Amino acid sequence: MKKIGRRKFLASASAGLGVLGLGLARGESPNFSGQVVELMIPFKEGGGSDTWGRFNATFFSRYLPGQPTVIVRNVPGGNSIAGSNRFAARARPNGLSVLGTSASTQFPYLLQDPRVNYEYRDWQVLMASGAGGVAYVSSNLGVANIAELGSVIDKELLYGSQGPTSLDLVPVLGFKLLGLNVRPIFGMSGRGAGRLAFERGEVNIDYQTTTAYLRNVVPLIDQGNAVPLFSWGALNDSGELIRDPTFPNLPHFAEAYEILHGEKPSGLGWESWFAFFTAGFPAMKLLVAPKETPIEIVSAYQDAVISMKKDPEYIARKPAALGTYEQVTGPAAQKLYELATDVPQQARNWIRQWLRDEFQVNIEV
Amino acid sequence: MVEALLSALANLATLQHILHLVLGVMLGLAIGAFPGLGGIAGLSIMVPFLYGMDTVSALATLVGLVAVIPTSDTFTSILMGIPGSSASQATVLDGFPLAQKGEASRALSAAFSASLMGGIVGAIILTLFVQVARPLILTFGSAELFMLALLGLSMVGVLSGASLVKGISACGLGLILGSIGGAPATGEFRMTFGIDYFYDGLPLIIVGIGLFAFPEITELLRKNRPIAAGGLLAGKWFDGIRDVFKNWFLCLRCAGIGTLIGAIPGLGGSVVDWIAYGHVVQTAKDKSQFGKGDIRGVLAPESANNAKEGGGLVPTLLFGIPGSGAMAVFLGGMVLLGIEAGPAMVSTNLDLTYTIIWSLALANIIGAGSCIFLARPISRLTAIPFNFLAPFMIMVISFAAFQATRQFMDLIALLGIGILGIALKRFGWSRPAFLIGFVLAPQAEGYLNLAVQFYSWNMFARPGVLIIFGITVASVWFSSRGRGRNTENIILPVDGSSGTAQSSDRTPQMLFLIGSITTLSYAIWSSQQLSPLGSMFPFWVALGTMVLCIYQLLSLKFGSIDNPVNFDLENHTSDPTRGSIISNAGWFAVLIAITGLVGFQFGVLFFFMIFLKLKANQNWRITIALSITALAIISSLANLLIVELPTGLLSQYINLPWFLGQG
Repeated sequence: MKKIGRRKFLASASAGLGVLGLGLARGESPNFSGQVVELMIPFKEGGGSDTWGRFNATFFSRYLPGQPTVIVRNVPGGNSIAGSNRFAARARPNGLSVLGTSASTQFPYLLQDPRVNYEYRDWQVLMASGAGGVAYVSSNLGVANIAELGSVIDKELLYGSQGPTSLDLVPVLGFKLLGLNVRPIFGMSGRGAGRLAFERGEVNIDYQTTTAYLRNVVPLIDQGNAVPLFSWGALNDSGELIRDPTFPNLPHFAEAYEILHGEKPSGLGWESWFAFFTAGFPAMKLLVAPKETPIEIVSAYQDAVISMKKDPEYIARKPAALGTYEQVTGPAAQKLYELATDVPQQARNWIRQWLRDEFQVNIEV
Repeated sequence: MVEALLSALANLATLQHILHLVLGVMLGLAIGAFPGLGGIAGLSIMVPFLYGMDTVSALATLVGLVAVIPTSDTFTSILMGIPGSSASQATVLDGFPLAQKGEASRALSAAFSASLMGGIVGAIILTLFVQVARPLILTFGSAELFMLALLGLSMVGVLSGASLVKGISACGLGLILGSIGGAPATGEFRMTFGIDYFYDGLPLIIVGIGLFAFPEITELLRKNRPIAAGGLLAGKWFDGIRDVFKNWFLCLRCAGIGTLIGAIPGLGGSVVDWIAYGHVVQTAKDKSQFGKGDIRGVLAPESANNAKEGGGLVPTLLFGIPGSGAMAVFLGGMVLLGIEAGPAMVSTNLDLTYTIIWSLALANIIGAGSCIFLARPISRLTAIPFNFLAPFMIMVISFAAFQATRQFMDLIALLGIGILGIALKRFGWSRPAFLIGFVLAPQAEGYLNLAVQFYSWNMFARPGVLIIFGITVASVWFSSRGRGRNTENIILPVDGSSGTAQSSDRTPQMLFLIGSITTLSYAIWSSQQLSPLGSMFPFWVALGTMVLCIYQLLSLKFGSIDNPVNFDLENHTSDPTRGSIISNAGWFAVLIAITGLVGFQFGVLFFFMIFLKLKANQNWRITIALSITALAIISSLANLLIVELPTGLLSQYINLPWFLGQG
């Protein structure tokens, strides 16, 4: 930022009072030169979403027309509900304010939490990216893989969860569908805290998203303290569950189900799990703008995503910063957007009922 | 290991590394000196530059930045009584009274020397400790962490002032205020009144500033005199350095405490300064000057809070779990640089770990060293007539509060907590005890919930739990030793006031108690709407505190006048030169109200004009010159550091350029 002198500042201050709108007239090709794009992250500084936002901000700043300053604005609160509500209420469709949401933003929306005042249908997607995860157990259980887990299927396993309605509902429901006797311990302050509890021996089953798994769990496996069970899996182009390309040797969730139950998963419970899994993992992070944002601006963002992925620095730094999953734009992002923000009504109802029966959690409408 | 040590030394000794470290240190000092800004604001500025730097240089800049923030935030804590960050709240207790005695430069140089020592001791401990840290940290389960939170709460014993009952009640109110927002176990929202702002609870920085700085500024406005009484500056900066040498063992102990508490993930660094402060009060023979300007009350928290950053590196580097906000930012920076925190940091990347640890020590030397030289010139601020300083301080405080969550509600919360702070001070309820309760509420509750789910009553069979419990009992015994025997010497006049302030008119105190009881009843009632896990903690805390409040109410109604509960600063001294509380605290409201209408920048401009003209009776030339200066300071700050300022209703109707605030 250049320093603004007092006189110049006062001049622009008085000018600013008179000017109504700096927005872009329709039809012009956008130029953000000298402007500031605000990338709102509804989470605290330093977390996964923040890192994602800051990593991308640098490259948007480089590839958006006019090379605007892109700043990350953290508005944490209520597990991203507060910031997203604020964005919904205030963002203008001028390309200068965009929001980065995560599965924690999508889940309360899907569950129709009454505190949610944002509507994904009022937004459009500029970029989307996913993540995966791997479930693992303590080696104290004496099992070497998912098939052997059947021998200790009745043993009570403990899992450190961030809360019944958080993204952790995917693993908790997943374990239940597999027939495991898992008791979730609520109140972990994050996935990191869950992993720490695992290392302390307080819990004996856990999962981590891909980057954290590679960084912190693989060393535990090498030391013989942890045993990987399965990955959640990934989606292929036709939306079917396949093995996670990062973990080709691990069965995906449906394979794990088949190993334990001897049949392919089916039924409402499975369909509900699958719907929430897709919303939570393959479509974990979304970059959105208000729906009225002109098509020219949306294209400018899409072009920026395409260009940034060719940047040698992006290519060099992305795996360590964001993991192995692709960031996509255009129709591919649109597809993930729909998966993330629209689940069948009956899956929604089933999950709400399950939360009520299992954990006495009532999401009022 | 020797190889890693040598390789780290080689990394450290390059000119390029040291230059980047100095760059980070200077940036950190500048940002840290401004209350409300910390590592987070620093990172926002840094990140764009991290690209294109090589890893070692970028890391050096990051470490330099993070290391010195708890150093320079001491300036406002001592000079103005504004806790610059959560790490230096305890410093205010004795630092600000020292400044009021005119000994600001001594207090500052003592604080910086202590910081320097803390930083170095922390690095030495870490060098030895880092190899064995992993298994050691893993012995701290949720039950042990809960006991540590209790140990922190036990410090209330020495910070209670004349009446222990009042101290514990203050802590209870703090715990209740701290449990506003999402319940740790279930995520249920408690006492939020359906307002988004309360989802994550009240921000610590606002509670700290509201409790300590707000009442002091109001008090100074009423007296209208320079911070240093009579405008006289005594105390030499060299004395401060001598103080550290004289109390070297205390600084060493507090640095050790800081490193260890910082290293335990999950307890959070914000309580370190209070534990260190509690420790010095417990162990000191002569307690009579604490809270009135005892230099040891500055040395203890300052040597602990720099050491804490070193300790905080351990969980950050070894487990990828940041212990504090600044460490979360540091970790974020590391991720962007492609350095993977995890077990590898003590095996293949051990040299990198040592480089980081020693860079931290070096940054502390450079940072604290340059601050010591600034101590003397900057302490002259305390000799300025308060009518000139006050509007700047009110501006700074409002700015700092707004940086907490960057919503207008931050300012409203500041006003609310500030008024609470005035009441607590007036009626002799220990504000430190309140703050400790507030800080530890989430930890105490969260780990209690986890411990109950994991172990139930078996937690008391764990050796770690028993050891920490033993330390807690010893600490309570230390602090209660002699209480009631020789009150003048033992009781800590926490708020810089005399130990007793009996009043014949007890109505205001009773009204405050009735207000507290009503609030607690609401907390009890609302907890009944929650699941058992979500309601357990607020229910029992509120119930216990309510019993104590009712006891106080009865003592006031039926007890004698020299009952220790009886305390009212306003009716105790009748000083006709003091203005009213309401009209002076009202100046905060003036700034906030104008800001709400036209945004912060115009708010500051108009507020300065009104204040200087009406309150300070200055002529138009000075008024306009100072008002424009203030506007220029706040605007260039916002633009240079890309920080957001509050917007007003005006911006909803007119599309202002972004640096004047957008919707």
